[in-house]
This record gives sequence, C-alpha cells and structure tokens, in this order.
Amino acid sequence: MIDKTGIAIKALFEKEFPENEETLNRPKAIIECYKEIPCNPCETSCPFDAITIGEDINKRPDIDFDKCTGCGICAYSCPGLAISIRQFKEDNAELKFPYEFSPRPRTGQTVNVVDRSGEVITTGEVINVIDKSKQNKTALVHITVDKAYMYDAAAIEVVKNES
Amino acid sequence: MKQREVVIIGAGPGGLCAAQKLLEGGAKVCLIDRNASLGGQLIKQTHKFFGSEKQYASKRGIDIMEILISSLTQYGDQLEIMTETSVVGMYSDKVIACVKKDKFFKIQAQSIILATGASEKSIPFENNDLPGVYAAGAVQTLMNEYGVKPGDNVLMVGSGNIGLIVSYQLMQAGINVKALVEAAPSISGYLVHASKIRRLGVDILTNTSVKRAIGSEQVKQVEIWDLDPTWQGIEGSERILDVDTICISVGLAPLTELLQQLGAEVRYIKELGGNVPVIDKRYETTVKGVYACGDVVGIEEASSAMVEGKITGLNALEDLGYDIRASRLEMKALHEELKFLRDGPHAAKVRAGYLKRGMLT
Repeated sequence: MIDKTGIAIKALFEKEFPENEETLNRPKAIIECYKEIPCNPCETSCPFDAITIGEDINKRPDIDFDKCTGCGICAYSCPGLAISIRQFKEDNAELKFPYEFSPRPRTGQTVNVVDRSGEVITTGEVINVIDKSKQNKTALVHITVDKAYMYDAAAIEVVKNES
Repeated sequence: MKQREVVIIGAGPGGLCAAQKLLEGGAKVCLIDRNASLGGQLIKQTHKFFGSEKQYASKRGIDIMEILISSLTQYGDQLEIMTETSVVGMYSDKVIACVKKDKFFKIQAQSIILATGASEKSIPFENNDLPGVYAAGAVQTLMNEYGVKPGDNVLMVGSGNIGLIVSYQLMQAGINVKALVEAAPSISGYLVHASKIRRLGVDILTNTSVKRAIGSEQVKQVEIWDLDPTWQGIEGSERILDVDTICISVGLAPLTELLQQLGAEVRYIKELGGNVPVIDKRYETTVKGVYACGDVVGIEEASSAMVEGKITGLNALEDLGYDIRASRLEMKALHEELKFLRDGPHAAKVRAGYLKRGMLT
C-alpha cells in the first residue's frame, strides 16, 4: 500500500510508537522510515546512542525509548524528514515536526494539522519554532493539539505568505 | 599543443573527488567543465543528502559542493581550472579538443578521467514538444540556480528520487504540484521522499501515465490515463488536469559520447541506464590511462559518484607512477563504502548491472 501511495496505514505506523503509552509522557522520537535505504544520520547524530542502524547503513533504524530524550536532533538531521518528536501533556499532545518552508509559522499561530494522506484533521497552536543555525535550515515546529491526534498527526500544512 | 599530466572532464561530485585524490598525491590536474562554475548538478541540490557521514549525509548538496571545491583551493598552480570549456573531440592518443568561448585548442594528456555525468531521458506522448514540457532537472536548474519559476501548476511524471525531490522543491518555491504519475505499479524512489509530498497533499498515482498534453501555444492541460498490467493505456480512464507545466523525470542516460570518440568500448546495460563504458575494477576503460567515474559509468546517486571519483583518482595516480602504498587502507575502505551504497532493495538494479559487468564489489 505505502509502495503505491506514499501513505503509511495505521497498522504500519503504530509499530513505530512505544508499546506502553505512558512512555510518551516524556518526549520521544518517532521514526517513520519503512524501507531499507543507505542512510544513517539519525544514528550518528543522536547524542544518547538511542538509535541503532549498524555497520550496514541500509538497515532500518531501531530506537531505544529508554535512552531517547526527545531532544529533536535526529528530527532535523534526517534527510527524509521522517522523524517527529511526540509527547502527551495533560489533555494535549505536543508534537515537533521538521519544516522546510518559508516563511516559518509564528509562535501562537493556529496551523492546520494534516494526516499522512495530507487531509486536514485538526488545528494546532504553535508553541515555538526551533530554528538554530546548526539545524541547517530544517526548523522544528513545536505545536500542541488535542491528545486524540497523537498518532494520526503527520505534519502541519504549509503556512501561506502573508502579504 | 598544451601538455597536461591528468585531465578531468566534468567537475561534478565524481570529477571533484577524483581531482582531490590526484592533487593530494602530488599530480598536476587540469579540470575542465562546460559550465561557468564547478560542482556539476550539486549547485541545485538544495535537499539534505542520504548516505553516511563519509559521503556528507545530512548536508545539503549545494553545501557539499562548497566543501569539495574549497578542498581544492590549497593546491595553487598544481590545479588548472578551465570553466566554460566544452570538450568537442577526443582521440585515441589522448588528445582532447576543446572550445572555450570562440577559441579552439588541443590538450595532450597523459591520463584522462571522464566524469561527464548523464542526460535526462524523455517519453513520447502527443504534444510533448509544447512549451511547458520540461525535464525535471531543467526545472530544478531554473528554480534553484536561476531563481525562475517554471509555472504555477505542475504535473510531475515519474516517481524516482528526482521526481519526488523536485516535486518537494517546487512546493518549497510556492508552486502547486497537482499530482505525480508513475507508470510502474509502485513508487520507485525512497518512500520517505514520497511520504513527504503525500502528506502535503500531492496525489501519487501509480499505474498511470500521460496520454497527451493539451494546448496550442503552450501547455494548458494534460490528459492522464490508467495503464493495464502490460503498460497499455486503458480507454475510458482518461481524465484532464489543469496544468501549465509537465515535468518529466523518467530516468537518466550516461553521457558516453566522448568515450566512444576516443575508441573506448561501450556496452548496453539497461540497469545502468543504457550505453556504459566497459571498465575494470580500477575504473579504467579499454583505453589505457583513460578512466571513468560517476553517472557516466552507470546511473547511481551522487554519494556513489564521490566514492568512485576517489577510487578513480587513486588508480590514475598509481598508473602515473606515484606511490600510493600509503592509501591502500583507504582504497579498501572506499570499496567497502561502495558495497554498502549498492546494498539494500533500492540498489537492486545497480547490483544487477554490476553483475553483468562482472564486477560486483
């Protein structure tokens, strides 16, 4: 299915989340890299050795949620923009998505949140935009949404130019 | 006639990496490129590269270009750079005929490395010569190198990495990508690239192709249709999309013409993109002292071109009589890097090609 449409179905992406939902009370990196490709910046960028690919860089990444701090370095290092940072916070889910469009969203702005097929499923509020020079132009947009969207949210819709 | 020790034709990732190794080893290098600046196609690669740290993974192509070029500046007179120079003829005695602006001249080389890259393939459909039908790489050059918007509404044809990446870059430039069609039953590029454009709303339609472009002076619309399992269009499945740009990304063909003029043997290997030079494990062609690296020896990623460039540079250095014993371990490691880059399901075609070549490293 994903081979034909580019859309990961629930049965596929659910496996990339921690088995125990309570793990997500702390921020964790969710890696959606379903096919073996020769690539390993997620592993080499992680300061906590939480991600393992190994010598053969074609292997899929394996994440140790006990070691992952949700720092977000892998999320802006991944060339495929396949990593998000997710955490439950009371009745909300706080999500950080990589974002490579200009202009960046503003703190406090309401943005449309899409699922893996690009459908708008809800709105979220931008908590902040992390966009340091070491991120090499891949910003992380930190948003808060209703916790019901923890799993289905995949990105924010591109913010249009205000002119 | 000018006499030169090593001439490298093509200053993309392969040629630049070959130059680096030759200069490090002490050879005098003449680097020729038909463009105004060095770097080949890297200049328009605004996305982050895959691979491992050794191939600058996670850095953007345009930044890798800067790194490769700046590594050459320390060599002063050891390196001669000829930009805006086209090689228009090659002879079996390693004489290279060049044209720079209106000036014609010849170079006698001891060794030659061909890193000429590839050109974009196209597909036949009605009206495919209308203005508004572009090759994907051309659109990328227009947008990222010259800052020109190619159109407002685009249909992308082909789901290889170039089609997927250029779709994303079109969206970054504020251009609407209406859909991406792929004739094959599944997406051929990396799924992470496909998912990236899908979640931003681009329909990816497999088993689908272009039937015809519609318009008189320029593209106004495009008619697409479903393909049956034998790749024939299905009557009645046609639908029309309002687009002003059709972007073709259906693969690359190695640029082997210069090698053929020189008398180097080429062979048709479909999996590597068409006619490719016959080479040995050292990337030497059938003409002694003439080597090839990068897309001209077989279509792969820029990461493989860089590794091949280094291997080729070291081998040319050895044949010129330089001592490369200190680089033995490095050479071994480079072959190991290539092996990993050609591993995994996405490189199955490349492996099949190298199997035919009898040099699966």
